[in-house]
Amino acid sequence: MNVELEELYQEVILDHSRRPRNFGELPNATVVVHGDNPACGDEIHLAVRFGDDGSLDDIKFTGHGCAISQASASMMTMKLKGKSRDETMSILRTFHDLVTGDDDMPPEARKLGDLQLMEGVRKFPQRVKCAMLPWRAVEQALQQTSGEATISTEVEDQVM
Amino acid sequence: MHRPASATVDWKALREDFPILRERVHGRPLIYFDNAATTQKPRPMLEILRQYYEHTNANVHRGLHELSSRATEAYERARQRVADYLGAANAEEIVFTRGTTESINLVAQAWGGKFVRADDVILLTEMEHHSNLVPWQLLAERIGARLRFVPVKDDGTLELERLPALLTPEVKLFGFTHVSNSLGTINPVRELCEKAHAVGALTLVDGAQSAGHMPVDMQELGCDFYAFSGHKMCAPTGIGALYAHAEVLDSIPPWHGGGEMIVSVMLEKSAFKKPPHRFEAGTPKIAGAIGLAAAIDYLENIGRAAIFEHDAELTSYAVERMRELPGMRLFGPRGERGAIVGFVMNAAHPHDLTTFADQQGVALRGGHHCNQPLMRRFGVPGTTRASFYFYNTKEEIDRMIDILGDAVRFFS
Repeated sequence: MNVELEELYQEVILDHSRRPRNFGELPNATVVVHGDNPACGDEIHLAVRFGDDGSLDDIKFTGHGCAISQASASMMTMKLKGKSRDETMSILRTFHDLVTGDDDMPPEARKLGDLQLMEGVRKFPQRVKCAMLPWRAVEQALQQTSGEATISTEVEDQVM
Repeated sequence: MHRPASATVDWKALREDFPILRERVHGRPLIYFDNAATTQKPRPMLEILRQYYEHTNANVHRGLHELSSRATEAYERARQRVADYLGAANAEEIVFTRGTTESINLVAQAWGGKFVRADDVILLTEMEHHSNLVPWQLLAERIGARLRFVPVKDDGTLELERLPALLTPEVKLFGFTHVSNSLGTINPVRELCEKAHAVGALTLVDGAQSAGHMPVDMQELGCDFYAFSGHKMCAPTGIGALYAHAEVLDSIPPWHGGGEMIVSVMLEKSAFKKPPHRFEAGTPKIAGAIGLAAAIDYLENIGRAAIFEHDAELTSYAVERMRELPGMRLFGPRGERGAIVGFVMNAAHPHDLTTFADQQGVALRGGHHCNQPLMRRFGVPGTTRASFYFYNTKEEIDRMIDILGDAVRFFS
């Protein structure tokens, strides 16, 4: 076992991956986004119920994936529940910087709480897509505002 | 008394020919178990590449100078070497390509474009690599042809009982892999070719996982096309070949157009060379072909039968040890198989396992292995795969088992 592995798979992350929170169906969802990572077959189905003021009243997910994507989704839903759209976008950007950046952890990362523990992903560029999959789904949900949508970590070319 | 061919080879000494095996990864000695993706390269092959670039390098077939003659001669000698290695009738049956994928695309587009009509059927199997699926999907889409698939059984072998219903006279070509890159299944090539020929279909064998791993003889297999990649058998990347029976190859129109493949060119029209040069437009991968011949020399010096025996023994040892691990699901047939073991473990997702092993120096592959339909067939998003070659050892397998055991404790 080396340090990188221990940093990537912190106990909190493993705990979320084993027992994901907010895992399940969300009746009365405003938006459902189906996200997939075709490179590894991971899938997330993210359901969001928006309040009248546009905030994320409730958020749940189903699907399957690696420990990183499951933990990311679980911790994300805990963090975003009750947040406004602007807060959500701001957290999303901060999380993206956290897992992709080369610099020291940005000061605003502190507001991520437990999600900061996912910083270890930085050292594993192949795993960034796993960590970002649920966040891409929530980004789509914000744009979508209602109905269903599908997103993918790979961009599909429609020429045929 | 039968003495196995592998008993006469000093396998440990061969490791010295592969400098990369002394590499350290994340501070640990490298254990390279991703040989089905690509193999490592031996020094004698690398030395021949260097000699080529230092003493021979020139373009082929058109220079009138000394170096061009040397390069042309070496390139065509490499073609002969491949022909001999595969048991082709002659060198004209060997077309150099970038690899298996390009070889199959050549057949699908140039042969398929001419001979496959609307409503004709291309028969494939559920275990095909994307490289033996997608070119046929493109053809079918363009021509209005249909695709059919031989199902795969739970044990990872083809459901041959279904063959009579699938292999009907509408089938123009039956394409299938020799050795499955996810399951390790070795398909009965000769039998499949005979059955296909009985209904008038041609046969294409994806030899990516067999060419460097076992004796392969075109006369014995009886296929019309055989595609393989050099980089999976100790040669450089970017070189491979298509074997095609001379009669079939002669009937195929040009594919890529350009220099090297023409006899004469006028502004409006051109006349083309005979095969195989008809299919080699532009400056070919000359050094690659020479490297491929050098890799063949290297493998033949060890002996393909010996390599197959060695790898089979290693694989059954790996399978036996992996069964000791809790929550282990192994894919592929129980009996004879290629040196490939796909597996999933309850404890962890294939990507987590692969990252975990990589951090301790073991190169496995996690994912769908370009076998998405096959993964769906087995109801998994992907597997982790360990694939072996003659330079791997039982000690390396023991190390992998220890690490997978650690992974079970770590993730569950």
